[in-house]
Amino acid sequence: MSASASAVREPSVHPAHAGFWSTYVFSTDHKTIGKQYLALGALWAVVGGLLAFVMRWQLAWPDTAVPGWGEIGPETYNLVVTMHGTVMVFFVAMPILLGALGNFLIPLMIGARDMIFPRLNMLSFWTFALASLVLLASFFVPGGAASAGWTGYPPLSARPEYTGVEWGLNLWLVAQALEFAAFLMGGVNYLTTVLTLRAPGMTLLRLPLLVWQQLTAATLFLLSVGPLIAGAFMLLLDRLLGTGFFLPDRGGDPLLWQHLFWFFGHPEVYVILLPALGAVMEILPVFSRKPIFGYRWIIGATMVAGGLSFIVWAHHMFVSGMDPRLAMPFSITTILISVPFAFLVFAMMATLWRGSIRFEPPMVWALGFLAMFVMGGLTGIFNGSAPADIYISDTYFVVAHFHYALFSSLGFGGFAAIYFWFPKMFGRMLDPALGHLHFWLTLVGFNVTFFPLHNIGLAGMMRRIANPLQYEFLAPHQWLNELATVGAMILLGGQALFVLNVVRSLRAGPRAPANPWQAATLEWTAPSPPPHLNWGPAVPVVSEGPYEYSRPDAAEDWLPQAASPAARARGEGGPWR
Amino acid sequence: MLNWLGWLPENVSTFGADIDGVIAMIWYLTVAWFFLTFGVGAALLIRYRRRPGTRASYVPGDTFRQAAWILVPVAVVAVLDFWIDVRGAPAWARVKLQPPPGAMVIQVTAKQFNWEVRYPGPDGAFGTPDDRVLLDELHVPAGRPVRVELSSRDVIHSFFSPHLRLKQDVVPGRTIPVWFEATRPGEYELPCAELCGFGHSGMKGSLHVHDPAGFQRWVAGQWPPAGPAATEGGR
Amino acid sequence: MAMRAGAHGVAGATAGLEAGKLGIWWFLASEIMLFGGLIASYVVFRLGGEGWAAEAAHLNTTIGIVNTLILLSSSLTVVQAFAAAERGETRATTVFLGLTVLGGLLFLGLKAVEYAGELGHGFTPASGLFWSFYYLMTGLHALHVLTGVVINLILLAGRRWRTPHRVELGGLYWHFVDVVWVFLFPLLYLA
Ligand code: HEA
Ligand code: HEA
Ligand code: CUA
Ligand SMILES: [Cu+2]
Repeated sequence: MSASASAVREPSVHPAHAGFWSTYVFSTDHKTIGKQYLALGALWAVVGGLLAFVMRWQLAWPDTAVPGWGEIGPETYNLVVTMHGTVMVFFVAMPILLGALGNFLIPLMIGARDMIFPRLNMLSFWTFALASLVLLASFFVPGGAASAGWTGYPPLSARPEYTGVEWGLNLWLVAQALEFAAFLMGGVNYLTTVLTLRAPGMTLLRLPLLVWQQLTAATLFLLSVGPLIAGAFMLLLDRLLGTGFFLPDRGGDPLLWQHLFWFFGHPEVYVILLPALGAVMEILPVFSRKPIFGYRWIIGATMVAGGLSFIVWAHHMFVSGMDPRLAMPFSITTILISVPFAFLVFAMMATLWRGSIRFEPPMVWALGFLAMFVMGGLTGIFNGSAPADIYISDTYFVVAHFHYALFSSLGFGGFAAIYFWFPKMFGRMLDPALGHLHFWLTLVGFNVTFFPLHNIGLAGMMRRIANPLQYEFLAPHQWLNELATVGAMILLGGQALFVLNVVRSLRAGPRAPANPWQAATLEWTAPSPPPHLNWGPAVPVVSEGPYEYSRPDAAEDWLPQAASPAARARGEGGPWR
Repeated sequence: MLNWLGWLPENVSTFGADIDGVIAMIWYLTVAWFFLTFGVGAALLIRYRRRPGTRASYVPGDTFRQAAWILVPVAVVAVLDFWIDVRGAPAWARVKLQPPPGAMVIQVTAKQFNWEVRYPGPDGAFGTPDDRVLLDELHVPAGRPVRVELSSRDVIHSFFSPHLRLKQDVVPGRTIPVWFEATRPGEYELPCAELCGFGHSGMKGSLHVHDPAGFQRWVAGQWPPAGPAATEGGR
Repeated sequence: MAMRAGAHGVAGATAGLEAGKLGIWWFLASEIMLFGGLIASYVVFRLGGEGWAAEAAHLNTTIGIVNTLILLSSSLTVVQAFAAAERGETRATTVFLGLTVLGGLLFLGLKAVEYAGELGHGFTPASGLFWSFYYLMTGLHALHVLTGVVINLILLAGRRWRTPHRVELGGLYWHFVDVVWVFLFPLLYLA
């Protein structure tokens, strides 16, 4: 396979892709675009991580200068919180989990040579790059960057005099709008590609779950972001033209923004979760040598969860002042979401049952995701109960909840995916020992950071305060803040191992075979890294489901999805031949 | 650190126990599921770790009979969810939907970055000369329902009393009533729980819960001639 | 070469679905949510407040009606353009595309006149919620019309890009723009 591929690689790459620019910069190759998203996302992760460090230090030792930053005033603190949230959700999680994984894997997994609209794909990345530039610029304009929270609630965000932020917040809005445009292009591309470019034999019910999860995520994003874009326009006009969409003294209503934001916001958190979930669902079968448990049911459960996510948004608004009679209905739908997610969790656990589990780095990260997500999900139930949320809302309990959910997705799910597909992406193996160490440092650091935040949240500590010591009822609990900050340092420090691992392997790592994990899905039939257009003369022909591991009738403990050349010669491989 | 219920501040309101009850119930349920999922997970990982010579068994779990293994626990989850709602609804209704009659009325107006507390005074009517406006100080008697009418001059704030288990965002353009009945005299903090600008951190008032006699004395101090009338200031 | 990758894939395509159309439909789905969000917000406010009809009375309904007719007939002409393109009648296609573009430009021109009049009477986006919504919704829609005009102009001028398929896609988008207006017109001018 790889031999023939390298044979055709020469003609197909070079004449078409002459020159550095079209190969590495303005490339239309889905793999390059995926890596570009990964690189830019990882870059932002550093920024988001450092902002987090600044916050944590300030919260633990409010009266001391933050190393490498200096004294933090309350204005600066609000800015740091806001940008940390914005950066991590929109400029780290989205590009890495959707942009990078989706672009790199979808065509490879469905047996396509590229996305259906390669130029649109390139445009998508560069729109995102532009958004990044705008957001970066917003740090340096007079008045500083946005500081009204990542949720940007008006009136605070609608009038400069309330925050002192002038252009920072306008640019923040522009950056968001550009980012949404970028991921809309991406989403349209993903959905159309999967519907039109599947290899022969790749029926919808033979698609790897990662593809299904990416499609669900793309659909959720497509259908939920419109109203927020409308809201962003309104907010921008309120700021620039003196309209009053969200200003009561001009007839507007601040709560309208919250409805528009959260109608998008809750689906959005699943847009981040699902691709990570998909990656984990690829990894679990490979390393327990078993089919994923209940493939069809999982697709169904994912869609149910996706559907429900459109009718739960007001659980972010229980105490917002909306009509209190609306609370219980939304509370019920919210808690009901635990049903499909319970199914997904149990299905992943059942996949381990009677398996033959190998604890290699991708697997331990995947298991880490499972454990941490259950934790984050369960705390979601506390928030989901309207009466409980009266007390919990806007406390650190919520902060703990969503970091368990978000970091399990981006951190654990993201790293699981990276450790799993790195060989395919870069043709080199990562060092397993470093991978395990990185995992344990992250796991410990993460829990030491965020577990105590549940407690201090239950003790009543509010979100987005720059100095807990201003409150007597919090003073006795300050040690929890210090503990969390120590944890964050472990967590951040632990990431150095990842950087080290990547750098070492890129420079001198052992070359990766086409299929280092004996995995069944199509991407592993292409060479590592796959050539331009992914396969040699013929795209693979699919004859099996994606998770045919340990089938009794097979000698090996796995059946590749693509029919072996021999089988194809014998005319097997589905109705297409 | 593991018993979360122990971390809640002391409850000093009549409905606080309802909310704590819901939190406790969810806590017991989720802790049970936590240990269940983690226990089973750990067992699976140990029992089915790779062993030379052994081979995994092929269980796609697509048939209903196989899926039943997890559909049953999922059904249990659905039942528990419903139970949580059933326990939660009355608590929500009591706190947010059923203000008791005969409450004394106080207006609290939020602004960057204070709580303006307005008492109607002896005549029980607002906007009359005998109103009293205090900054960041809320005085109430224990054992009597109090109705607070919340409004804001500028941005969204959030009226939060950890000890009363009461939180309500204060939204400019509307007046949002909340009620509570404090059970225990004392002085408690009233932080603002919604990001409202650079002064959000540290925006707080103090809630003074007096015993009835003490409250009479405080009223007398505020409105020297006509004292007790203030407490009749209801609707 | 991008095309080539695409072509390659389509060769091995399974579902036999038509990519361009699918893509447009997904895109339009998100557009519907965008205008849907705006319209929903507008309706909620309007049901909640008084005096909106009085404000709306200041709008120039005549121009509104004329513009509606123009857009609707331009929908007709794109359909004709597509039909002609499929029949391979280049001239007819050019003519109908031209008429569509003309319709779009006419619409924008009249809209500009309308705006000028309203601004002249001192009705700016800041003159109250109705006007804020009016300018935002019609403005956003006008931008979409402009995009449609540009698309059709490209198909009109750039013969070498023009394929029946692309004329059809351009038409799909154009229809969407019209449909949006069909919702905006009664909501803003008549209600
Ligand atoms: C990936 C991100 C992610 C995910 C997956 C979730 C998942 C969930 N979230 Fe979370 N949430 C956020 C990210 C996320 N959330 C963010 C970022 C915020 C804060 C935004 C802000 O204000 O800044 C937030 C805030 C938030 C709130 C608002 C709190 C407040 O501000 O007052 C609520 C309230 O209902 C909530 C609920 C839930 C629920 C019910 C789930 C459910 O989907 C969880 C379902 C999963 C499980 C339940 C676990 C698996 C099931 C079992 C193990 C079976 C046993 C279960 C039971 C018996 C119940 N979330
Ligand atoms: C995905 C989203 C995400 C992530 C990863 C994080 C990571 C962290 N967050 Fe985050 N946080 C938010 C999203 C996120 N946060 C949001 C939305 C808010 C609300 C903002 C608001 O209130 O407006 C918030 C608020 C918030 C607060 C509350 C501030 C306040 O309310 O006053 C605190 C306080 O401790 C905090 C701390 C941290 C810490 C210590 C980390 C540490 O985990 C950071 C350590 C960094 C790393 C370990 C890098 C990890 C690597 C990656 C993330 C990418 C992986 C890379 C590849 C796979 C190649 N965050
Ligand atoms: Cu007022 Cu925060
Ligand atoms: Cu939510």
